[in-house]
Amino acid sequence: MKEISPEATSDVKSVDAVELLSRKFPGSIKPDDRKGYEGIVVDSSKLPEVATAIRDELGFDLLANLSYVDYPEEGVFEVVYNAYNTAVGGKGLTFRVRTSRDEAEIPSLIGVWPGVDFQEREAWDLMGIRFSGHPDLRRILLWEGFAGHPMRKDWREPFYEEDNKPYGTRWPEGQVQRAEMKTPYGMNVQYPGGFKLEGWEPEGEEALYAGLGTPLGIGPDIHQIKTDQLIVNLGPQHPSTHGVFRMAVTVDGETITRLKPVFGYLHRNHEQIGERNTWLQNMPFTDRLDYFSSLANNLAYAISVEKMMGQEIPERADLLRVLMVELTRIQNHYSAIGFLLNDLGAFFTPVLYALTERELILDLFEATTGSRMMCNYMRFGGLAYDLPSYIGGPAIKEGDRERELDTMKFIKGLVYERLPRATDMLDRYLTNNEVLVNRLKGVGVLPGDRAIAYSATGPVLRASGVPYDLRRADPYSIYNEFDFDVAVRYNGDSYDRYLIRLDEVRQSLRILEQVVPRLEETEGQEYMGGKRSYNHRVPAGDHYGHAENPKGELGFHLVSDGGGNPYRYHVRSPSFINLTALEEMCVGHKVADIIVILGSIDIVLGEVDR
Amino acid sequence: MTMTPDDYSDLNNPDIPIPDELKSNIAITTLDRIYNWSRARSVWPLLFGLACCAIEMIATAASRYDPARFGMEVMRPSPRQCDLMIVSGTVTKKMVPQIVRLYNQMAEPRYVLAMGACASGGGPFKEGYNVVDGIDKFIPVDVYVPGCPPTPQALLHGFITLHKKIEGQSIMSVPWYKKGQSEAIPVPVLGPDLIDPRQGELIQAASEGEYSAQFETDENA
Amino acid sequence: MYGLGIIKGLGVTLKHLVETYVDDFRWGVRRYTTDDGFVARQSTDTRGIFTVQYPEEKLAVPERFRYIPFLVVYDDDHPDHPGEIWCTSCGICTKVCPPQCIWIMRGKHPETGRPIPDPEYFYIDIDICMNCGLCAEYCPFDAIKMDHDYEIASYDRTTAHIFDKAKLSKPLSYWQKIAPSRALEEHLARETK
Repeated sequence: MKEISPEATSDVKSVDAVELLSRKFPGSIKPDDRKGYEGIVVDSSKLPEVATAIRDELGFDLLANLSYVDYPEEGVFEVVYNAYNTAVGGKGLTFRVRTSRDEAEIPSLIGVWPGVDFQEREAWDLMGIRFSGHPDLRRILLWEGFAGHPMRKDWREPFYEEDNKPYGTRWPEGQVQRAEMKTPYGMNVQYPGGFKLEGWEPEGEEALYAGLGTPLGIGPDIHQIKTDQLIVNLGPQHPSTHGVFRMAVTVDGETITRLKPVFGYLHRNHEQIGERNTWLQNMPFTDRLDYFSSLANNLAYAISVEKMMGQEIPERADLLRVLMVELTRIQNHYSAIGFLLNDLGAFFTPVLYALTERELILDLFEATTGSRMMCNYMRFGGLAYDLPSYIGGPAIKEGDRERELDTMKFIKGLVYERLPRATDMLDRYLTNNEVLVNRLKGVGVLPGDRAIAYSATGPVLRASGVPYDLRRADPYSIYNEFDFDVAVRYNGDSYDRYLIRLDEVRQSLRILEQVVPRLEETEGQEYMGGKRSYNHRVPAGDHYGHAENPKGELGFHLVSDGGGNPYRYHVRSPSFINLTALEEMCVGHKVADIIVILGSIDIVLGEVDR
Repeated sequence: MTMTPDDYSDLNNPDIPIPDELKSNIAITTLDRIYNWSRARSVWPLLFGLACCAIEMIATAASRYDPARFGMEVMRPSPRQCDLMIVSGTVTKKMVPQIVRLYNQMAEPRYVLAMGACASGGGPFKEGYNVVDGIDKFIPVDVYVPGCPPTPQALLHGFITLHKKIEGQSIMSVPWYKKGQSEAIPVPVLGPDLIDPRQGELIQAASEGEYSAQFETDENA
Repeated sequence: MYGLGIIKGLGVTLKHLVETYVDDFRWGVRRYTTDDGFVARQSTDTRGIFTVQYPEEKLAVPERFRYIPFLVVYDDDHPDHPGEIWCTSCGICTKVCPPQCIWIMRGKHPETGRPIPDPEYFYIDIDICMNCGLCAEYCPFDAIKMDHDYEIASYDRTTAHIFDKAKLSKPLSYWQKIAPSRALEEHLARETK
């Protein structure tokens, strides 16, 4: 059932791409010659044609990321696309489009890659760039009627202090003040000048419901019964939406005819705060993206910035990174399976079994990094700490019970005994269960080509028969030194998305079995490359770095102006983009299946809404 | 199962002497004590998670920390059936109308536990444009549990703190047996920014340019 | 046969149930009263009941555990500097703090008015603090550390949640107690400097 994805080589160099494209579109293509930037600049009028050529002729079929940057001095917005080749892997192609700040309109690519749907809406919402031809260009993370586009460099939040941290009011004359005391409302709000409540009406959600009326044409009509269409809202407070996620669903009887996800209930302004922060200050914030796998987020961010800085990493640090990230992947997949079963109605027993194993992994995280979930463990060039000498701590409180478990013994116990046994246990417990099979098999099928078109990544993509795993396709850290297979399943239904998580856990364990002996060999070696510093300067430039997170490709599009703070900090979050395919997967199924399909995608809202 | 005198110890009113031979059969208590004892040991939380803290809440609800020992394992997804709302995570402006509505739908007596820095006072995301700096701006909070996120043991300590609060209440003075209905909290509206209906006058004044004077008097007071 | 998968699955749950009792019988009361029993319940070999009976028994947190920061001061019985704060108000923690929740006012000499290495005010708003530990990690004087006391739930945040210098200060002996090996390491590093 598995196969190794081809060696990571790209047969299309980006220089060739420029040549080929400029021959085909003379005058519309030019290489980006700014220092530290890569890729090509495309004339916005020719964008859809060029994009089609990039997809079909150059083979970059997966549009991984759409990011947007504001350059107020030049008066332009820039939209940056990163396309990758799922067949051969390797480096991707970056292409960008510029538009003036006043008009801010570029053609939508939704006809070429439907996966840009939510990303273009996000760019419209937060930056105010119009995408002509987008059928449903509404605000996505904020709400209709919100004043302004907050990611613009000249937009200021109510609690604005300075453009960049550290703020001058903290030292040496720091006078503590709650930020809400500075606004007249005593709250984090502001209203545009001249706003009057009298006669004002909230915009409401007509725009959302307007698009839900027309069924997609896959309606049931099996028995020729005349039925009414009904709009049902699931969430944002619903026990099985994995957080504050909401779906507006049109149902015909029990059958779904349209589905629209509604986002933003956990939009915490990660990117905007990230641009105020220094490079290092973003590290603990990345913990809170996908809060199940903070260490994997740390790694993705660390390798992206290290790449820009040209930082070398010592071997031990790399080994520990792989150890932590693979353990993160295991506990994430365990929880994903557990919560999927919860959604199916197997209330709590599978979750309890999964969380028991997770707790033991978290014990290692807590002893090593200091926190169970928000690990904040990686630094540019290495790690914050080495492994501790023991798991457990001194008794200080009344009732405290001590444990002193040797760390290496604990890790070996996990990797060689406990986790393989637990994986087999879950397998035996669930995989052949008839109820589970009936509820999952053939539900929410996403064929491979559609998965690529929707920019799906991670287990969702691989369960659809596309062996695209960044650990093999575009290797980072030291993954190319380990022997493991890329797990693939071919049916693309919810059952395969369940099975592939078990496969991936087994592959992660295989990697860990190779890591543990090398950890023992490198014991006591340096785990931090370069100088430990808190004010990093990153050379000016633009970089898209990505890593294979448990939920898919987590990418960071970073732009530096050479200063101590990122000029642009964009997060390509896998959960958010994997949801683009949700409507197609759900239409035609019953209401109860939405929950199953959503559970099988495995989203986490911290990352969806950022 | 017979109860030992120890089981009654927190019910027994120590002011009244009980003969030794009757100690295992008689519990002398005030109505308040038995009322609060039973309430504090059956607090049902609302099954409702917001952000990172919700995962620690789930970890607390799992087998390692087992809130069933406090009679809290029954998490109800419907606000009508629960006593405690654990605001577990960052409250955004888009979410706060729903939270206020859920709170209004909860039957009294109801309690709110703000879990983590975000729910208490905005947390690390406080400076963001879509974040509410503390759920207590909208609904009354009974217990605050600091931490980002609070560990399961910290949350359990928060539960115990809540129990202490419940045990300190008196049936004579609790608001939910008073006459009349309790006022529902006005649900905030999403406009150009979050609009709290209670601040209508302030917003009106601000739009007419009078807010600075208002603000200064507030600060001086 | 239809239903075999369900029966197999039930076998797994049954095994869990049996394991609970097997381990309880094997250990007897020792499983809950002795430290060995506790370790057996909370290690990678654990089977059966996994519960930490908080608050009667608490899982001791590791040395690196991070909660709210605190400021190290010398113990009151220190021969040279009783009760003196280690912080020199250099401001590195305020610069490195991601959510910017630390406020320091540098002390001034009462006569000359020049800055002295002693903070006049030191505030941490724990409603903003994200427990990331960067302040402790980058403090060059080992003067700010992450506390292990997580039992700080309160009824009121307006008065209780901005920690001032007095509330933040804890003696060195406390740090040595909660993180003995790290305190020793730091002590040796300072000696060799």
